[in-house]
Amino acid sequence: MNNLVVLPIVIPLLTGMLLILFKQYIQLQRTASFLALVGTTLVHCLLLFEIKQSGVQAVQMGSWPAPFGITLATDMFSALLLLTSNVVALICLLFAFHSLSAEIEETYFYSLFLFLITGVNGSFITGDLFNLYVFFEVLLIASYVLVSIGGKKKQLREAMKYVVINVLSSSLFLFAIAYLYSITGTLNLAHLSVRVAQTGQDALITAVSLLLLIVLSIKAGLFLFFWLPGSYSAPPTVIAAVFAALLTKVGIYGIIRMFSLIFYHETHVTHLFIGILAALTMILGGLGASGYGDIKKILTYNVVIGAGFILAGLAAFSPEALNGSIFYLIHDMISKALVFLIGGIVIHLTGTTKLEDMSGLIRTHPALGWMFFITILALAGIPPLSGFIGKVLVTEGTFVSGYYWLGAIGLLASIMILYSLLKIFMNAFWGETILSVEEEKGTTKGLMLPVALLTTLTIVIGIFAQVLVPYVDLATYSLLNPEVYIEAVFSGNPIP
Amino acid sequence: MKSNDVILHTLTKVAIFVIFTFAIDLFLSGHHEPGGGFIGGLAIASGIVLFYLSFGSERVSKNLPLNFIKVAASGVAIAVLTGMIGLLSGDPFLTHRIYEVDLLIFGPTEITTALLFDTGVALAVVGTAVHIILTISEDRE
Repeated sequence: MNNLVVLPIVIPLLTGMLLILFKQYIQLQRTASFLALVGTTLVHCLLLFEIKQSGVQAVQMGSWPAPFGITLATDMFSALLLLTSNVVALICLLFAFHSLSAEIEETYFYSLFLFLITGVNGSFITGDLFNLYVFFEVLLIASYVLVSIGGKKKQLREAMKYVVINVLSSSLFLFAIAYLYSITGTLNLAHLSVRVAQTGQDALITAVSLLLLIVLSIKAGLFLFFWLPGSYSAPPTVIAAVFAALLTKVGIYGIIRMFSLIFYHETHVTHLFIGILAALTMILGGLGASGYGDIKKILTYNVVIGAGFILAGLAAFSPEALNGSIFYLIHDMISKALVFLIGGIVIHLTGTTKLEDMSGLIRTHPALGWMFFITILALAGIPPLSGFIGKVLVTEGTFVSGYYWLGAIGLLASIMILYSLLKIFMNAFWGETILSVEEEKGTTKGLMLPVALLTTLTIVIGIFAQVLVPYVDLATYSLLNPEVYIEAVFSGNPIP
Repeated sequence: MKSNDVILHTLTKVAIFVIFTFAIDLFLSGHHEPGGGFIGGLAIASGIVLFYLSFGSERVSKNLPLNFIKVAASGVAIAVLTGMIGLLSGDPFLTHRIYEVDLLIFGPTEITTALLFDTGVALAVVGTAVHIILTISEDRE
């Protein structure tokens, strides 16, 4: 029993609710939401060290023992994601202070942002399938409002599509949960794992697992990403950055958790299917990213490629590949936020999203240009930046598991990432300067600090990856050995 | 448009007592029998909506000056804070406590912290339900 586990949900939820009562006090809203995220980040650091020392941490809500009550549990995998996502959210919040209009800030922006983080943290922590659904809804409902906040015509159109698709996928999620409950009689993840292992994963359970995969794929942007480029390019920069960094990652977390803790018996069906979807995602995402000439479109297709690459590691399902997936997941959260923020600044400065209408920004904004260049290298997987180790491990893992085609497509996708981002760099930053400082549509005042922080993070994670290795190893260990998680949840009580 | 709605007004004034009493009964019986904060809150919300229907939003807003978003938010905040009682005493989140209190008229009564939690739930439900209905009913021409 460790009550620290509950704080990442309680702190942002409570702060967000209290901030609704103080709608007009913008300065208070900024300070409180900043402090709340600093608080959760500290809690995640503590959790990380406790998990390293004494294993998976679990707490039973209201003292009802598992599987009857609701369990919250964090292993190293979720703790790493929690920490990364909250650091990224904190830095994005700094960006929000300087980039949002007062009107948006007064429309409960900070409360909604905190609810989004509540949902993200809750999804990473919960040990119960139905509560995973609930926390998904929490973050989705917050995101519905955030997509449409500001009320521009394009936003409302995209928000409508986004809501319809997510409501549809959420109802399928409920169907999958209902099937699973009627087959196994439980929704506690650890208990599900035990029951499925006892009865064996027959064709029916595999079919339900694939339904669950489809649902989570829609959320993760794996293959079923048709909704993603539109809705991620509609909202203001900082919201798009948080979506790109965190939302799809929650879906990816769900897939990895389900197919390592519960449905790991029929890997030649389920994991092969995930591999095929991942390959298709990388190819289609790569084509989209290299084909478009619009910054927002290119960046959103890059989100899709990232999702495919991370799940290629899950498909291979070996220690190296999962290590790689986790490293890449951490890297992807940071660098996707970074690349969206920089893209947003470029659009903010030039007043257009079309690459052909911009040129030569490096003369007037050298720091921004070179930081973007570093990000490109990180995303393409050039050592010693953060993307490198993840790429190497995933590729190695796919080759070792015999998925040569998947590894090859992954490498091909890296080249497409490099090409698509270099296209932005060459067009927007290189070339003749056509826009003098006076003619720019906006300033970078206050926006450079968050970008610099994230760039530093990608460099630091790349160089000091060795420090992370024991943590990531532990995360992979708990993913490949479900009994560790199960033991922590039941904590010695008999499993009914 | 001014319509003659004496019957509706008179009926509302009587029915509202029945609705609110029933709502409180539902709310209090929730611990051991069917009922609780959610359903009690919905009953209260239906009473408030009945007010709005029969007396019009201007008159009700003047006599019931509540921002229902804030009602909902404070409800959730109360519920979460009640959950924290468990944290302070070292039990898991949401662990509730039971006290026997001798209320003068009602005799010995069980009072639980779950009641406080349910109050939060009820406020959240009232705030959300009424706010949604009022938002839909707002007509911009």
